[in-house]
Order: sequence, then structure tokens, then C-alpha cells
Amino acid sequence: MNKAKQLFAGLILMALGLGTARADYTLNLMKGVTKVSNDIYDLHMLILWICVFIGVVVFGAMFYSIFHHRKSKGHVAAQFHENTTVEIIWTIIPTLILVAMAIPATKTLLELSDVEKSDMTIQVTGRQWYWDYKYLDNDIHFESHLDEASERVHRTVGADPRSVPNYLLNVDKPLVIPVHKKVRFVLTSTDVIHSWWVPDLGWKKDANPGFINEAWTLVDKPGTYRGQCTELCGRDHGFMPIVVIAMEQADYDAWVKRTSEQQKQKPDLSDQSRQQLMAHGESVYLKNCVGCHQIDGAGVPGLIPALTGSAIATGKWESLDGFLRAGTSKMPKFEKLNAKEFAELMTYVRNSLGNKVGDELQPKQTALPDDDE
Amino acid sequence: MKDSISKKNLKLARTLLVVAITMFGFGYALVPIYDVLCEWKWIERDRPDDIKKVPEVAYTVDVNREITVEFLTVLNESTPMIFRTETKQLKVHPGQYYTVNFYAENKTNKEMKARAIASFSPALISQYFEKIECFCFSEQTFKAKEAKTMPMRFVINPEIPAQYKTITLSYTFFDNTERSVNN
Amino acid sequence: MSAVVDEHDHDHHADDHHDHGPAKGLLRWIITTNHKDIGTLYLLFALTMFFVGGSMAMVIRAELFEPGLQFVDPAFFNSMTTMHALVMVFGAVMPAFVGLANWQIPLMIGATDMALPRMNNMSFWMLVAGVLLLASTLFMEGGAPNGGWTLYPPLVLQPITVGKALPFAIFSVHLLGISSIMGAINIIATIFNMRAPAMKLMDMPLFVWTWLITAFLLIAVMPVFAGAVTMLLTDKFFHTSFFNAAGGGDPVLYEHIFWFFGHPEVYIMILPTFGVASTIIPVFARKPLFGYASMVWATASIAFLSFIVWAHHMFTVGMPIAGELYFMYATMIIAVPTGVKVFNWTATMWKGAMTFETPMLFSISFVVLFTLGGFTGLMMSIAPSDFQYHDTYFIVAHFHYTLVPASIFILMAAGYFWLPKWTGHMYNEKIGQLHFWLSVISVNILFFPQHFLGLAGMPRRIPDYAVQFADWNMISSIGGFIFGASQLLFLYIVIDTIRGGTGEKVSDEVWEDAAKHGLEWTLPSPTPYHTWTTPPTIVPTEHVLDSH
Repeated sequence: MNKAKQLFAGLILMALGLGTARADYTLNLMKGVTKVSNDIYDLHMLILWICVFIGVVVFGAMFYSIFHHRKSKGHVAAQFHENTTVEIIWTIIPTLILVAMAIPATKTLLELSDVEKSDMTIQVTGRQWYWDYKYLDNDIHFESHLDEASERVHRTVGADPRSVPNYLLNVDKPLVIPVHKKVRFVLTSTDVIHSWWVPDLGWKKDANPGFINEAWTLVDKPGTYRGQCTELCGRDHGFMPIVVIAMEQADYDAWVKRTSEQQKQKPDLSDQSRQQLMAHGESVYLKNCVGCHQIDGAGVPGLIPALTGSAIATGKWESLDGFLRAGTSKMPKFEKLNAKEFAELMTYVRNSLGNKVGDELQPKQTALPDDDE
Repeated sequence: MKDSISKKNLKLARTLLVVAITMFGFGYALVPIYDVLCEWKWIERDRPDDIKKVPEVAYTVDVNREITVEFLTVLNESTPMIFRTETKQLKVHPGQYYTVNFYAENKTNKEMKARAIASFSPALISQYFEKIECFCFSEQTFKAKEAKTMPMRFVINPEIPAQYKTITLSYTFFDNTERSVNN
Repeated sequence: MSAVVDEHDHDHHADDHHDHGPAKGLLRWIITTNHKDIGTLYLLFALTMFFVGGSMAMVIRAELFEPGLQFVDPAFFNSMTTMHALVMVFGAVMPAFVGLANWQIPLMIGATDMALPRMNNMSFWMLVAGVLLLASTLFMEGGAPNGGWTLYPPLVLQPITVGKALPFAIFSVHLLGISSIMGAINIIATIFNMRAPAMKLMDMPLFVWTWLITAFLLIAVMPVFAGAVTMLLTDKFFHTSFFNAAGGGDPVLYEHIFWFFGHPEVYIMILPTFGVASTIIPVFARKPLFGYASMVWATASIAFLSFIVWAHHMFTVGMPIAGELYFMYATMIIAVPTGVKVFNWTATMWKGAMTFETPMLFSISFVVLFTLGGFTGLMMSIAPSDFQYHDTYFIVAHFHYTLVPASIFILMAAGYFWLPKWTGHMYNEKIGQLHFWLSVISVNILFFPQHFLGLAGMPRRIPDYAVQFADWNMISSIGGFIFGASQLLFLYIVIDTIRGGTGEKVSDEVWEDAAKHGLEWTLPSPTPYHTWTTPPTIVPTEHVLDSH
């Protein structure tokens, strides 16, 4: 009953064009935080109102006719079936309306396509199933995965999504940009087609493998803006969100400094307790493996092999290590992981997911001679 | 009367069948048409075949103009290589020749064939970006564990419209070993 | 199927549908070349597939009822969205219109049968084979195709995405394509060569006109689609590089070829709808269709425009500004002929003497709800706005409005409108009206909130969503379940009508003064097995009074 009332209220508000009613019943496009997104919002509202107007006129006439020109009311049918003047009018008027719509639309489109005079460039790479960001001006480079809490809940039947803040819209490492700066994006992909969309920025753009696309944004307001991949990219298409944090320049500069330093730090190769190895290993697994091999290591019959009881996973760790680094035609190579992550991941895979090898691997064991490169 | 109608029917059906088969062919014809549309800049794509080697000619160097060129290196999934550019960003004058080195290494113990695909942003400038030497002109063969430094020599045609100030050029390496073997 | 056969037999034993011996009775349906039998087969097959595709939609709505993982794995969810679309498009909507064409075109133009009866039989059974092949992929290792009905590479070619299903799905598309091309050839030949001599092209009922244009669209674009999927197949198994960047191809090229087919394809599903609406509304308004000639021209121009606007499905793919502008302007122009149609239907109702039997109710709601879908279509034609709408639930709402309360509703309307003619029995009007009201209310509960979801930022084709989308999704799912269940009423009505309906003997005209509107109403009810062995000499269509 309550739902029905809310629905009814929502529909009425929609009819009145009042926009957002309450948080959970968002009805309309959001204005966003860039000039372009505001222009698009205005375009959207303009067309919406034009459609409402045309709808009122056409449906008004239709329903007037439905109520008055009924046989049951004794109305006798007229027999006209042509009227050239009327037909010309209702061809010309819509054409004029379309021209009127095309003008602001063209203006916004031209503005959107002008990527010149940007202050900085970020390379966005879509991957199955996370985003990879590279700041071309200062060498910051990181991956942005769905956060672990969402990762666990969305893979478990019956788990409560409401217990996770920003369920499915949160990442481990958000993209950080400064406000009032024109940020240029070059988008590409290394596997299938993805599409990068943050509604508050006002656009989405496809990331095509082998090619680059470009787009730009200029955010006015500091804040956290969330979006998702919008081109079907496989089984975890719904689980590669985007989080953009826009900061004041000073905060941004501090972030750049901090992040660059962190990036330069060598991984800590000191020994860990078994518990630590397992806990960290699970994190590495959730970021890199779970999309295909699943949360219980069962894989997908016919497509992806199970890790539970797998000869490779539970065999000699050296060959597992080599296998992960080399990749296969189905599996990407995981040489991006460092020795610490390899040790944690392998310990986890060999002693969880239904496997009980019983060993534990320390980072020093898995380190390669050229790991400090 | 009946006979003549069924003859007419068959004739029309045959004609329409020819139309259908032609349209099947047209589907394939869309592939080269696409290239033409790309050339006409209706569609934003620089096909690898467009990036033809050009002879080195002397342009007047426009020292008053400076364009920033960014180089991106991308590895497609499961391409077991190291691939990076030695120059990430270069400020260039139109008309002047530059050489940029790219480093690539085969990480496997087998011979590998790989193809680099170039892509520009903004794509429409590809016609002004003239390459004299590039590893992207043909498929590259890497011996086991081989590392190469590959030069790319280019010039930006001084006719490039004034609005362009930043150019991004990306190279994506695709592992073609399996495909080449099977061909 | 065997429970509902035999009612069209020419010796009029309409009620004794159990009397055919299994062999003889079944054989009739397998080898038949009679346009009415084949029409019936198409329609029943389409109805079956409507429920198959509908069940898949129920799986989708059940998983989306609440956020979180409930019933199905994401890959199976993707298979469901993919198969739902393929089954509904190629198994339900298109065959249903071919079925209507088979039944109605010969009756409407005074022809004895379709031009090429044996090919007609073949194209039906090829459709069945194609759909069964497609359905069989559900049971294959790795599951049914799950890369979306658009089958974009490289996703559909990826070993971790598709199992053994791909070549079967592609071969199935080939069969479905050949089947519909044969159907289209047959329809064109019938319309051009088999018309009663008295009927000029501009005398033809609008349903025949729209199907003629649709048939040309089919012949033009189905082969292109067949070509595109063949390229996928060779890319996957024979190392060609049409869409593979590594070999000099481009995945975006596939998108262009697909939508070169795909945009006309959506009009293939809507143009015959326009034809049926233009046939039904005048009967119940008791007025001639307004603007017959402009209807024909509007249909033809929509068909023409459909070839030159395809890239509006891919505004975000990265096109140069000139391309974006061109495709935006071209797409906006479609609003003009489409508007003309809506205005004409309104003018047809204007000053009529309307009654509101079930076919009319479905037709009116078609006009209203299709127009809503048209409005959102216009909004999406504006490229910058589309950067926000693209690949969200706003799009899902848009195309479902143009397919469910438009194409599907009109197919329902056509069922109610012509079933009495075909069977000689009247359907139960009360249940029909109940079916209508349940459908029209639930379809809006189902799809209207999806506009809000899309605008609020929910992408399409996701099996799970952020909690702020929960409420509208739940409402949408509830609407979906009611809509799905309501359609069982339609199934009941169809079976009931075939078996005798209300028991009331229907007149030849069935609907008041229907004979003024179409030749089929001058035939006896139920329609005899063989009709128009002598072509009609008078064309009773009143909309063309002036043009003679």
C-alpha cells in the first residue's frame, strides 16, 4: 500500500515536472557538476517539455474525441478522410520544432568535442573487469577495482547489499582530479569494448581495444562522483564501477605527491604470519581472480576451470608461479603482481577455496631477480 | 492465365533472390566502404593500412608553433611483452623531423610475432602525422627473450590546422603468433 | 499444437478438433501449402515463443526484483537478456507478423493463395529449425550466447565468454535470415502478381502496403546481418580479421554493419504494426482512414530513412563531429513522418462514432504508448543528451515501449480483430477487456519506472545494482510479473475462441460495417479453406473514393 502511494506520488511529481522527489525515487536526470552536464540537462528538459506539450495537444485531441465521438453517445461518424491544409501544417510545424531543437544540441555537441587546451591528460583503460588509470603528466598509474565489501556481497546468495555503503558503486582506488582544470581523457581497452560513464560529468565514451577515444571534463565542485561501465563487457560487466573524486588544487597536489611516493616504494618483502598471508591473499584474489574463478574457486563449467582441486593450483608452487606470470590464451598474465602479492595469492589459493596443500609461501621465496626493476 | 502468373512469380522471386544475394555481398562491401568513410572523416578511425610510409621531404619548420605529442603504449590482453616508450611527451615544431625510441621485449621462450596498431587522438590529425620509419608498418618478429629498441621517425605536416595543440599517439601491441602460425 | 488445430478445414467441422487421426492430421500441418494453415502455424509458433521469451524476461525481472544475488549467475543473466531479445525478435514478433501476412494479405487483395506456396511451407519450417537450434544452445557447455543480441566482438568471440554456442547461434541466425528472406520474397510476389485485377496499388489496405515496404526492408538488410555474423564466424574459426584490430580490422566496423541491419530491423517490427492499427482504427471509428496517401508516403519515407541513421545507436563510440551531427539531424527527421502517422490516427478517430471493443482498446493504447516511445526516441536523437541516456535503462524503457505496448499490443489487437473471422467464433469480450486493462496497466508499471532508473544512472544489462535503484526496480518487476501472468488470459482466449468461444455465430462482417473497410469481411465466417478462387470485381475500400 505504502509502495503504491509512493508510486502514485512519484507519478504525480513526474507529471508536474518537479524533478527529484526523494533520494530513492529519483525521477529525472541529474544536473551534474560540469558546464556540459548542465547544458545537457537543459537540453533534456527542453526536449522533455516540448514532448509534453506535443503530447498534451495530441492526446488531448484524441481523448476529447474518445469521450465525445462515441457511438454510445449517439455521435454519427463524419466521413472526411483528407485535408491537405491540415496535413501540410502538421508536417511543417514539427519540422520547425526540430530545427529549434537542433540549434542548442549542435552547440553543446561542438563544445563537448573540443578537447583542446586541456591542463592534464589521464589515460583510461578498460579491462575485464576494472579500470586502469594512468596520469600521463606525472606517471601515477593504478588500477581501480570494485571494493571488497561489495565484491563479497554481490557474489553471495542472500547477502544484504544494504549493509555495504555505496554498494557496487565503490572502488578501492578512486580517480582523483583537480577542480577548475580541464582534464582530458584518452580511453582505450585491452580486451573487449567497455564504456566509461560518470553521470555527473555528463557523458560516456566507449573504450575500444586497439584504438583511443578522447573526452574531457572540467568539474566545478569538489566532491565524489560515481558511475559504472555501460557497455556489456562480459560476466562482471555490472561490477566495474567508477569513482571520481574532484579536489581543490592544493589537496590534489598533496594527493599526487603522496601517491607518487607510495608508488615508488618497493613492496615489503618481509615474512608474514600465515594468517596475514591468507588475509592479504584473499584481497589479491578478490581483485584479480574472482571474476572468472568465482568466490568459491569453482570456476564456470565449460568456460573457466575450477581452482578447487586443480592440479596446477595445488602442484608445485614454482610451476603455479610460472603459470600465473605467463598467462594463457584465456587468462591474462599476472606479472603485474609483485612478489609479496604472488606469495599471498598462492598461499591463499593453495589453502583455501577447498584446497589444503598446507604450505605457506613468503615473499622472499617468490621474488624474482629482476623484481626491483 | 494461371501458368503465366506462376511464371511471373518465379521470375520476380528470382530477381528478389538476386537482390538478397547482392545485399549479402553489400555487407562485405561495407568493409572497404568503411575505409573510404574513414578517409572522408565521416568515421573517426585511422586504419593501420592508412599509415603509409612517406618519403622524407624538407618542410619549412614552423618554429613559432609548438605542439605537444604524447606517446602511449598499450599491450592487449595476454601479450607477453614489455613495451614502453623512451619519450612520453615531446614538444615539436611542425615541419621538423623527430625520432622517438620504443622499447619492446619478448618475455617468452618462444619466437613471437606481434603487430602494433597505431591510433591517434584527435583521430582527424592522422593525415598530418607523417611517419618515415615505424615498427607499426609491419608485423614484428621477436626471437625468444629478444629485446629491441625500435625507432619511430616522424614529422608533423606544417599544414596542420592551428586548433591542434596536443596530439596523442597510442600503439597497442597484439600477439599474433598463433594467428600467423595458423595462416 | 494438436489441441488447437483443424478449425479452418474447408468442410466446416469447426468444433470436432479431435477427429483427425494422428498421422493424417499431423501430416496436414507439415506438408501444407495453404496460406491459412501456414499463417496459423506461424501465429501459434510465435505465441509459443512469446511465452518462451517471456519466461526469460521473468527470470530477468526476478533477479532484478531486489539488489544482491538471488537466483542466477551473472553469465546466465547475460544469456537470458541475449536470448530474450533474440527469441522475441526472431521467434515471436517477426513470425507473428509473417503469420498475419500469410492469413490476411491474400484475403485482403483477393488472391487465392500466396504466390509461392511451397516456398511458404519451407520458410516456416526453416524458422522452426532456426529457433530450435538457437534454443538448443541453452543446454550447451558454456551456456547460450551471453554477449547481448547485438553480438559485439571481441566479446562474443572471447573464449572466457562464449562456450560451444557461438557457431550454432550464428547458423541459427542464417536459418532465420533465409526463412524471413523467403517469406519476404513470397509476400512481394503475392502483392505484385496475385492482386485481384480490380485492386490498384493505391487501393491496397494499409496493412498490405506496410508489409510490402517491410518485405523490401527484410530483403535489403537480413543478408547484411547474415554477412556480419559470417564475418564473426570466420574471424573466430578461420583467422580472418574483419573485426580484429591485431589483423588490421576494427571492432567498431561490426557495430556499423550490425546497426546498418539493426535500425531497419526495428522498423521491420513496427511498420506492419502501423498497418494493422490503420486497419483496425477506421473500423471502430466507423470512418475511413484519414490521409491514406500520406500514410503510404510516411511509411515509405520512414523505411528509407531507416537506412541512413544507423549510427545513432553508437553516438558514444567515438565518431568525428561531422558524423555525430549528420546522424543526429537525420535521426531527428524521422520524427516528421512518424508524427504524421500519429496525427492521422488521431484524425481518423476525430468525429467518428467510436465503440471500444478489445481490438480498438489495444489499438488506441498502441497509439498512445507508441507515441511515448517515440518521444523518448526523439530525446535520444539529440546526440549530447544521448551521451547520458545511452546504454541505460532509459533506452530499455524506450525500445520496450515501442515493442511491447506497440508491436505486441497490436498483435493482440489483430488476434482479437481477426480471430472471429478466421474461426467463425466470437471471443469472450469480458475476458478480452480484462486482458486489455490488466495488460495496459501492468505494462506501464513495468516499463515506465525504467525511465527513472535510466535517468538516475542505472546501466542496462547488469544483473545487480546499487541500492538506490531498488525501489523502482521492485515496482518494475511487480509490473512485469502481472504483465506476464495476464498474458495467460490471452492464451486462454485464443484456445477458447478456437474451440467455440461464446458460442455466438458471427456474421460475415463480424464488426459493424466492416465490409466497407476490407475485402476479407465479404467472405463467409469462418473463412473457407479456399478463398477468392474467383477474384473480387469490386474493391470496397472506402478510403480511396477520391483517388478514382
